[in-house]
Amino acid sequence: MDLKELKAIATREHQKQDKTCIRCCTVGGCLSANGLAVKENLEEAINEAGLGGKVDVSGVGCMGLCSKGPLVRVDPTGTLYDRVTPDNAWGIVASLPKQMDRQSSPRIMPSQYQPNNHPFFTRQLKIVLENSGKIDPERIEEYIAADGYQGLYRVLREMNPESVIETISRSGLRGRGGGGYPTGLKWETVAKAQSDRKFIICNADEGDPGAFMDRSVLESDPHRILEGMAIAAYAVGASQGYIYVRGEYPVAINHLQKAIRQAKRLGLLGSQIFESPFDFKIELRIGAGAFVCGEETALMASIEGKRGIPHPRPPYPAESGLWGYPTLINNVETFANVPTIIRKGSDWFSQIGTEKSKGTKVFSLAGKVCNTGLIEVPMGTTLQQIVQEMGDGVPDGGQAKAVQTGGPSGGCIPTKMFDTPVDYESLSKLGSIMGSGGAIVMDETTNMVDVARFFMEFCMDESCGKCIPCRAGTVQLYQLLTKIREGKSSLADLEKLEALCDMVKQTSLCGLGRSAPNPVISTLHHFRGEYLALIPNHHSV
Amino acid sequence: MPITQKNPQTHPSSDKRFRMLAATMKRYQYASDALIEVLHQAQELFGYLEEDLLLYIAHGLKLPPSRVYGVATFYHFFSLKQKGAHTCVVCMGTACYVKGAANLLTTLEQQYQVQAGDTTSNNQLSLVTARCLGACGIAPAVVVDGNVEGHQTAESVIHRVEECLHHGS
Repeated sequence: MDLKELKAIATREHQKQDKTCIRCCTVGGCLSANGLAVKENLEEAINEAGLGGKVDVSGVGCMGLCSKGPLVRVDPTGTLYDRVTPDNAWGIVASLPKQMDRQSSPRIMPSQYQPNNHPFFTRQLKIVLENSGKIDPERIEEYIAADGYQGLYRVLREMNPESVIETISRSGLRGRGGGGYPTGLKWETVAKAQSDRKFIICNADEGDPGAFMDRSVLESDPHRILEGMAIAAYAVGASQGYIYVRGEYPVAINHLQKAIRQAKRLGLLGSQIFESPFDFKIELRIGAGAFVCGEETALMASIEGKRGIPHPRPPYPAESGLWGYPTLINNVETFANVPTIIRKGSDWFSQIGTEKSKGTKVFSLAGKVCNTGLIEVPMGTTLQQIVQEMGDGVPDGGQAKAVQTGGPSGGCIPTKMFDTPVDYESLSKLGSIMGSGGAIVMDETTNMVDVARFFMEFCMDESCGKCIPCRAGTVQLYQLLTKIREGKSSLADLEKLEALCDMVKQTSLCGLGRSAPNPVISTLHHFRGEYLALIPNHHSV
Repeated sequence: MPITQKNPQTHPSSDKRFRMLAATMKRYQYASDALIEVLHQAQELFGYLEEDLLLYIAHGLKLPPSRVYGVATFYHFFSLKQKGAHTCVVCMGTACYVKGAANLLTTLEQQYQVQAGDTTSNNQLSLVTARCLGACGIAPAVVVDGNVEGHQTAESVIHRVEECLHHGS
């Protein structure tokens, strides 16, 4: 494979794309809402109308507005249809621009959410999701036609590893898994480590309840991850990569397996990629349902076939990781940013976002909000814009009370702070974290003590049991929260709760335990009144 | 019946699923780090992991049985108990929780007289909870016999499970 062949594939695809194409979302929520039957009926309707060969029907990845699925978009006009049923297929075909006068079936009204006029779409800036909902994730040719693998070509043929790392460092990209560690710096550490073997790991063990960004990216645009990993491997000098993906995501696993096979067939993975001396292989590892495996040292133990139990750092994976070799471990979304940064340059990327947080962030907007789904916004967008404008607020005229970010490691941000621009620093100042990007809206009917207890139950179940503060502390915290919830506590219990939170946070071994008290601490800080209301006679003490 | 250490590929029963499992272990060259992959395959073939099966895998990969048992019990995905003919998974992720998943679960528990994580006494239905299916956009979500169903209510989930119990799928 060389650049000429790559461009030839792209040209062939572009010629095909000139005609009208009906794109149906066939992943995630739309798949569950019978999206596949919609696609099959559309194909049938097209054939019945005698348009076979003139109009294409293709399955694509996530278009974002998951709550209104199944979604169908007619290109090139970009008309979006929502909540499509299989029976609507004939109506959509009758509404095609050139079919208008034929009127074989009653036409279907397009969705009130159109990509060019609804804030849900217009506020977005897509880098990670640029191909999601546009290309067929099961065909490598469509990814190549969307400039795919050109970044890898440029890196292998025109850049040395140092300049790749330099580009990533200057772009200001930070780890999208939650911590926000500068990606360039991490790559540099692994590149400098002396070893004859190095590994790349993509952390696709998206365990935070309420987060489904990684799932969507893997299902909708798997080649982007492969390309990002290959670029990283070249930069740090690794020749073997692993993708550790949740067992709960069968569609993502299937699309990744297909993508790896296709990339190998075209010589974009394997040996001497683009006729350079660079070899790179990727293997999938399927998780088996353990939240703690999202922690990097636990994840590596799991790849080695052991129980997912973290070990103390240092040594960091960059020095001694998988089987003791230097290992670069990044999140799905981080790798997904890489091909575009290489293609468009670090200056382009670093002008997006805020001073310290560059680029965009994908959020999965869910909970008590009208438009739930996947959004990608520039860093610095406010929660107000996300919840009220893009999400259309709480359904049935309710009032939002808080947004929970960061899953069980994060916290709740009250409505009065919704004007804060979202970036790594501002969220941690509010006692929450960016996390992987789950944003759950809660309304007045949600009790914050319940929420804290819900997350503590989660951490209690998911604690691996290695260190005592986490193993025993989460149980104690859960029991205290239950006692408060049942109205059997006193003010002394509240003090005990706070002291215990502090202890678990300070002394746990890994990120799970260290962040487990965060939901309690943040709800105590912003919604103390709800705790006090549950303590009998607290004002008389 | 004991499995001899000399030929880990053979199993005294003539069950051909053991041969398929042996082929999987061979594909991974009996590497001990393939344990989780092998367990995935074993569960897919047999439905659950009984003790005999774990011992067979331990011999095949030359691992102490304690290590195999430890790994099999550490991960939620692996089940050491036989599952019912049908399964209903209730997602208890945050988005589903906020939208009333706990209520769905209680309804199912009461209707079928079964606790989450258990199987009904007639072995027809296993009720399971999941941490998050990543189907938050259509919360609350359940999975009935492998099919994800979104926007559920107490009535709709019972209706769906009844359909499964009486008509197969």
